Order: sequence, then structure tokens, then C-alpha cells
Amino acid sequence: MAQHQVNFTQDGGLPVALTTIDKVVNWGRSNSLWALTYGLACCGIEMMASGASRYDFDRFGTIFRASPRQSEVMIVAGTLTKKHAEFIRRLYDQMTEPKWVISMGSCANTGGMFNTYATVQGCDRVIPVDLYLPGCAPRPETLQYAVLMLQKKIRREKAIKAQKPKRLL
Amino acid sequence: MRRYTPKDDVQAKPYYTDRYWVAPQVPKTAVSEDEIFAADLAAIKAKFEVADAYIQVEQMVVYIKPEDNYGVLELLRDELGYTQLSELSAIDWLADKGQFEVFYQMLSMGKRKRLRVKMFIDENQAVNSVEKLFRSADWSEREMFDMFGIKLNNHPFPKRILMPDDWQGWPLRKTYPLQGDEFAAWYEVDKIFGKEARDIIGPELRDPAEVNRYDTTRFARLGYEVPKGTDISGGEQKKGLELQEEGGVFMIEKFHEEKSVIIEDRHR
Repeated sequence: MAQHQVNFTQDGGLPVALTTIDKVVNWGRSNSLWALTYGLACCGIEMMASGASRYDFDRFGTIFRASPRQSEVMIVAGTLTKKHAEFIRRLYDQMTEPKWVISMGSCANTGGMFNTYATVQGCDRVIPVDLYLPGCAPRPETLQYAVLMLQKKIRREKAIKAQKPKRLL
Repeated sequence: MRRYTPKDDVQAKPYYTDRYWVAPQVPKTAVSEDEIFAADLAAIKAKFEVADAYIQVEQMVVYIKPEDNYGVLELLRDELGYTQLSELSAIDWLADKGQFEVFYQMLSMGKRKRLRVKMFIDENQAVNSVEKLFRSADWSEREMFDMFGIKLNNHPFPKRILMPDDWQGWPLRKTYPLQGDEFAAWYEVDKIFGKEARDIIGPELRDPAEVNRYDTTRFARLGYEVPKGTDISGGEQKKGLELQEEGGVFMIEKFHEEKSVIIEDRHR
């Protein structure tokens, strides 16, 4: 039997890292933010550009999924019309906990320039929003900064405590 | 000339209020000046009653009786060569005349002419559908029904096309407010959460341009973030963009700009 004298806690002893459960879980959550492809208008083009090779969302672990059941974050990219409001609510309800929402661009934040009868004046009237991203449309760098901010927010959360599901009401 | 009014607060007004100003008309000429149009008009007049006809911007405008619209468009398509219906909609003249003006914009590729058939209908009068003649009329007529509430006879699928099926009101009528009536204002709340949620969610905020940069409960300045609710009337400290927490992140290597290499020659 080998008689190694290994100090496991020492740096470089063995690939062992001591940490807390919270940090491990939040590390996993914050670095695999799979986003729902939810381009509603021109902001969707910027969101696609963020995912493509030049800006490359994959290096942050953000991969676009076409199903709400596989997504953690919903990026509301574009104008939300009143006709569509019930569908965004339905898709949000289908996402598994824990889930986050980034409201991207002026239209999703406040209704933007569409000060009319047919536009929802801010998607936070329908779903709870974690991060509002200004711009019309925000550049891909801004969306990446928003995702990094969301990662910081997730790392601050308690992972183990029974999570209270987010509800608008 | 229109009377001058200051335009400073035009953004704050809900919508343009000078709605009864009558725009100057483009000059009209007699139909007899154009041989092709004169022949077309004679062919229409032989079978149907024509209230008025003139040429405006090289296009003939013909006013017919509303019950003749199917027959006139059939005549134009089959005998006069106007094989395309490029547009169809209505104009709201309810305030002036108590009537809608329905128009059909026709195009003849052979004659290289455009012709507009117009008719006046009362508020609750139904219109004969021309969907059997032109497939393009299908959606246009549904849009006309959706926006003005004009009902259609013999339409295969008379349903709203743009607004939701359970919508109330006709949005393109002049009497419809631009920002919606009470039904429109609470539509998504009523539908998703129910009427009892109105008090909790609150009315719509209709001033999207309102940004108070000292309101730190609702706004944050990029690179100058402060904790929520801090008083920043005396100015705030520059923090710079922080992509990570101060002490680094567990198992994530921090990006060092000085260690990275910028490739100058993109064709290397």
C-alpha cells in the first residue's frame, strides 16, 4: 500500500477544492444560463448576434434553447403586444424553477415608443423581471453585460434554502 | 395655412387633436381626358349606377352603390382587364357623414392603369365579400372587419385577424382612443390574473420617456451603481464596469486584459 504524504488542503496537493454547497450550486447555475429563444422584434436580431460567433454567448455558458422546459433565463427581446401577453405568461409558467427574466430593450421595459392600445406597457405587468436592460435596441455587448450582472445576482442567492417560487401576485 | 400652435409639448399630448382639419385636395380632372379610362367608365356605366367619377394623380376614382360592388369588380376583372386587387380598406367618415367609405384599389398590368372603386356604407351596413373574385381580399376584408367593425356577407372566415378574438372595440375608428379604452388598458391583467388583480398591478404607466436619474429604486447608471434606495443627489462614485465580484469567482478564471493578445493582422 502506497504511503503518500499528501496534504490535501494544500494548494497543489491534489485537485481538491474546499467550498460551500451554496457556492458549488450557484457556480453551476450562474455558468449554465440557458436562455429561451424569445425574439419578439428587432431586439431579437441583437440577441441572435450575441449568440453568434462574433460575440459568442457560449463562452459564458449561455446557450439558446427552443423549449421553455430546458431554459433558465427568458430574454424578452422586443415589443410585447397585448395579444401575446397570455403566451409569454404561459411560457414563463412552463419554465422550471429556478428561473430568471431579462427584459431587453425599451419596448419590453416600458412599452417604449409604442404608446398605443395594442402594446403591453412593460412586460413586468405580466411576469416578474429580474433585470431591465435599456436601449433601443441594446447592443450585444450590453446584453452580455446584463447576463454577467445576472450571474452576479445568482451568485448572491442562497441555493440551499427552500426557494420561494417567484410570483408576480 | 394652418394656424400656428406651439409644438413644445406635442409629446406630452396623448394624440393629435386637430382631427377635423380638411387636407387640401389634389386637383381632379375629367375622365374624358383619358381614352382608356373613358372606355372603362362607359363599360361600368352601361351596367351599373355610377355616382361620381374623376381622375386624380393619373388614377380613376369611381363611386358606385354598395350593393353593386361584387358585380363591378367582376366586370373589371373579367372584361376590363383589372386583374389585381392591390388594396382594400375603409375610411372612417362617421363624424362628418355617419358613413364609412370602402375602397378597392385595382391594377391592370395590361393597360398599365390603376383604378379605385369607392362606395359609402352606413355604420351597421354589411358589405358583400369579393373574396370569390380576388383571394387577396380574404385577409384585407378580415382586417377591415377587425379595425372598423364592418361586417361582410359571404366571407368564408369572418374573424378578427390582428387583434385577439376576444377583443372589444374597433381600433381604427376615429372615436377609438389611441391609448385604448378601459377594456384595452386592462386587457392582459384581466385575462391572465383576473379583474381582482387590477388593484395590485395598477394602471399602465403611459410616460415611457420619464427617467429620474436620482431615483435609485428604479434606475441605475452603468458604471456608477449604488445600493438600491441610496440618495445620490450629491453625486455618485465611479465604480467602473464590474463583470465579476471583487475577490473573483469560485472556479472561474478572471479575464486579464494585459495578458490577452490582440491580433493585428486578421489575414495571418
